Amino acid sequence: MKVKMLSRNPDSYVRETKLDLQRVPRNYDPTLHPFEVPREYVRALNATKLERVFAKPFLASLDGHRDGVSCLAKHPKSLATVLSGACDGEVRIWNLTKRKCIHMIQAHEGFVRGICTRFCGTSFFTVGDDKTVKQWKMDGPSFGEEEEPLHTILGKTVYTGIDHHWKEAVFATCGQQVDIWDEQRSSPICSMTWGFDSISSVKFNPIETFLLGSCASDRNIVLYDMRQATPLKKVILDMRTNTICWNPMEAFIFTAANEDYNLYTFDMRALDTPVMVHMDHVSAVLDVDYSPTGKDFVSASFDKSIRIFPVDKSRSREVYHTKRMQHVICVKWTSDSKYIMCGSDEMNIRLWKANASEKLGVLTSREKAATDYNQRLKEKFQHHPHIKRISRHRHLPKSIYSQIQEQRVMKEARRRKELNRIKHSKPGSVQRVSEKKKRVVAVVK
Amino acid sequence: MSSSRAAESSLLALNQQEELEDLPREYPLSTSEDEGDSDGERKHQKLLEAISSLDGKNRRKLAERSEASLKVSEFNVSSEGSGEKLVLSDLLEPVKTSSSLAAVKKQLNRVKSKKTVELPLHREEIERIHREVAFNKTSQVLSKWDPVVQKNRQAEQLVFPLSKQQSVFAPIEHVVSGWKARTPLEQEIFNLLHKNKQPVTDPLLTPMEKASLKAMSLEEVKMRRAELQRARALQSYYEARARREKKIKSKKYHKLLKKGKAKQALKEFEKLRKVNPAAALEELEKLEKARMMARQAMQEQLARNKELMQKIQVASESAEEEGVAEEEGEPFVPDVVNEVQVKASGPNPWMFRNHSSDTKEAEVQGDPEELAEPAAQEAPESEEEGPVVAEEILLKEFEERRSLRQKSGLKQIAKPVGSQETKDPSSQGVLSELRALSQKLNRENHQSRKQELSSKRTVLAVQREEPAGEEEEPLLLQRPERARTLDELEELGKEGCFQNKELPRAAVEGQQWERNPSNHLGVPKEKKRKEQMIDLQNLLTTKSPSMKSLAVPTTEELEDEEERDQRQMIKEAFAGDDVIRDFLKEKREAVEASKPKDVDLTLPGWGEWGGVGLKPSAKKRRRFLIKAPEGPPRKDENLPNVILSEKRNIHAAAHQVRMLPYPFTHHQQFERTIQTPIGSTWNTQRAFQKLTMPKVVTKPGHIIKPIKAEDVGYRSSSRSDLSVVQRNPKRLSIRHKKQLKKNSVD
Repeated sequence: MKVKMLSRNPDSYVRETKLDLQRVPRNYDPTLHPFEVPREYVRALNATKLERVFAKPFLASLDGHRDGVSCLAKHPKSLATVLSGACDGEVRIWNLTKRKCIHMIQAHEGFVRGICTRFCGTSFFTVGDDKTVKQWKMDGPSFGEEEEPLHTILGKTVYTGIDHHWKEAVFATCGQQVDIWDEQRSSPICSMTWGFDSISSVKFNPIETFLLGSCASDRNIVLYDMRQATPLKKVILDMRTNTICWNPMEAFIFTAANEDYNLYTFDMRALDTPVMVHMDHVSAVLDVDYSPTGKDFVSASFDKSIRIFPVDKSRSREVYHTKRMQHVICVKWTSDSKYIMCGSDEMNIRLWKANASEKLGVLTSREKAATDYNQRLKEKFQHHPHIKRISRHRHLPKSIYSQIQEQRVMKEARRRKELNRIKHSKPGSVQRVSEKKKRVVAVVK
Repeated sequence: MSSSRAAESSLLALNQQEELEDLPREYPLSTSEDEGDSDGERKHQKLLEAISSLDGKNRRKLAERSEASLKVSEFNVSSEGSGEKLVLSDLLEPVKTSSSLAAVKKQLNRVKSKKTVELPLHREEIERIHREVAFNKTSQVLSKWDPVVQKNRQAEQLVFPLSKQQSVFAPIEHVVSGWKARTPLEQEIFNLLHKNKQPVTDPLLTPMEKASLKAMSLEEVKMRRAELQRARALQSYYEARARREKKIKSKKYHKLLKKGKAKQALKEFEKLRKVNPAAALEELEKLEKARMMARQAMQEQLARNKELMQKIQVASESAEEEGVAEEEGEPFVPDVVNEVQVKASGPNPWMFRNHSSDTKEAEVQGDPEELAEPAAQEAPESEEEGPVVAEEILLKEFEERRSLRQKSGLKQIAKPVGSQETKDPSSQGVLSELRALSQKLNRENHQSRKQELSSKRTVLAVQREEPAGEEEEPLLLQRPERARTLDELEELGKEGCFQNKELPRAAVEGQQWERNPSNHLGVPKEKKRKEQMIDLQNLLTTKSPSMKSLAVPTTEELEDEEERDQRQMIKEAFAGDDVIRDFLKEKREAVEASKPKDVDLTLPGWGEWGGVGLKPSAKKRRRFLIKAPEGPPRKDENLPNVILSEKRNIHAAAHQVRMLPYPFTHHQQFERTIQTPIGSTWNTQRAFQKLTMPKVVTKPGHIIKPIKAEDVGYRSSSRSDLSVVQRNPKRLSIRHKKQLKKNSVD
């Protein structure tokens, strides 16, 4: 009698090592896997809910300053090092992994107005209310040595901001004019003015490094060309701009943090209309910093919160706040694009995750695949009402919440008034001006 | 200004003239000076002056000076000591008295011709211009980033950091020295390398390679390649042309060609004779020689031909030879000669055929090599225009004729095929008509469908516009409560669902419509054919007022005449088909379809005798039939001219997307994206990975630097950002000084 047996090749089901996953033969016949859309929808819904559940962005608070933190700087070579200047003239260098202050300098009398690191990371510069520019060594003095700046430059006026060139031994300060300094000289090699006003911040373009942008208290933003030693163009906005930040991936894009609660992203070649107006803050925006990927930026506001905006969206995707955080004065996005630091009035530097629900640490490949899949599902079903609502939900302190409501009413009233005006005037005599154009007063050549 | 200057100069000239006239009068005064006794005279003069000054008119008269003295006043020339009066004309008189004033005139002219220098611009104006120029320059520099930015924005995936960290290169000599050839193959390879003196250490290239690398830069190579390409194209063109010309068998053409050439040669010769008689003579000799040679060759050819023709037992070799000979002698020997010869001495037709075919073969073989030459010859010829035009015309004629011939041939081929389909012209005509008709119908059909779509779209567009008018809704939904648990999130979702319920009915309806258009257009297929002809569907769906009035008979009496007319027209147009009845039928069907169905659970054969044609008993049927509950009354129950679909599920609607989201332009696109699953349950591993690829990838613990020109393949400018600033430090320092001054003043 012939005996028939089922036989399979063990290669198709036996795994090579016990660490491998079990081989699961699959049949991709779509009739065997029905209800694709509903099943994926449920998965997306769950992923969205879990995202909100795991959204715990606050990581640490670095305390030690004895006055409000006025400025922050990243170390160009080390991710773990952060520098901060306080309103009492103290500069601290922090180690983020240990979350401790590793070095402390009494750098100035009065405010430390600005701080920036040299591109090589060996030294840093500070400017203060005492009309000095000081260069310091990054690592502190050796034993027995006294803490002293490498160089000190005495100026005639107060310097309100400083930024270092991205490649060369040159830095720029601002005050009554924008000065370009050679590190070796005690007088500026070039100073550029356009009108007389106190300039609050100056920033080098990280890509085309000869470009500079500054903003002054007479509501304007001025662009400079260092090579030609001349200002280029000036745009005057409705209200004062506190600071600007260049996009590190797009050479001609910069964002300005304005007093009128908004941020304006400009293409520097066409200053008459901003590319995007970012609005969500309910008080003056004090600082802005781009993520190194150039896809998002973070803004710090006087309304005690920081917000993260996608570059191409006018509304924020995230808002961070804590009970104890007061007016946020400065904010920085770390150079690995994973974290955000903000310094605030109540003397603390806070460390946040840039992506609120991201799991930190090393992920296994399966975890990674799962997060990628979830992310994609969330994107795919983002327009569905349930999912949209859950992913958009944020808790806000009452003060901000009520402010938002109030401003919404005000805005609506203004809109209605405008509409009425158009309605009741001769057709064509009153034009509707777009929100973007409304804020730009003039562009001066 | 220039005019005033001219006036001045003319005045000056006048003065000079006057002085010239004055001169003779003054001479006596100066001569008197020589006579001596000047002392007394001076005293006398002084006295006179003192007296004259007494009258008070010009009391203060300054002393005049005509000679060097100790007392020098900057206001006056004193003549004290010289004892004589200095006259202005003395000073102005030229050393040499020249009667002609040409030099002065020249000078004057020169002065007149010179234009005044323009006023310099205002400083602010200059600065503004500087700024504008600088801005334009900078924006030009920046616009090189445009493609990069575009690419990055649209990229499927961006991996940061952009610049790959360069792995540390170990120099090859280190690697080589620490490694020995073990296997025979390796040894063999090394032997080879050593034999060829391939350098193993630092300069990895042999001197030859280096030289070749250095020989051409990329641009040169590109240029060279372009040149070669062009040359090749030209060559192929000339080859084609030569081939074409070669095929021409017309005697007329060749005669013309020859004539043209001769004429051209003559012309050139004339020209040459005028310009350079010696060269012309040489040319003439050359021509003579060429003619001689040609004649000789021809005669030889003829002789050989005769010989060959006489030999009856021709060997194939000789034929080949002849072929070669013909090739060589071709430019001189026209085809006619051969042909005539053949015909004349054609006793053997076999031989003739053999011969001709052979030659043809030879020709064909010889063609490519041969063609290059005429091409080369043609190149200079084409530059001479006169004869070429005639040639070209002729060529064209032949081309046309050939094409005609080919066409006729094609027709002959095509005809039988056509005749199989249509046997006579009349039937063909009918067919063509039919075809045209069908095309028309198709077109109409298409249009009607378009109209349908557009009508629907307008409705939807209106709905869409409404929210578009609002602002962009915030990405975040901010509220003072915190959602802590999954349950709370669930709640959130429910709230959203309630919100959704409030949306306007019309919008929902429209959406529904959009989602399943087949619902409303659910017409039996037989009808569709009819509709295609007259497009009833379109008329029904577009809500023209006249149609409404049609659907509601005898309700409104107060209609305008126009409307009545229109109605009449429509009635006439659709005299054949009853729209109203169609509609009613449609509605009945829709109502039937939407009614809940009874469920019949009878199983024929159970508990009964089986067989063909047997039915379950009525009792059984009654027992196992589950009657569907009567649903709520239809909403269009009392609306005779409306069909309201009731397929919409309110419970599902809460989960459905209300509006078409932004990047999508059509609902079908959106539906398709939703319908394609991305999970690994439905996709292979590879596809799954591809579908879930994250848009931005960052490496933990790596610093992401700003984008650099080198990262994207641009050359970074070697120029330092400070170059200009340092080049003219003086200007800047001055400026800086001013700045400092201002500061100190402040």
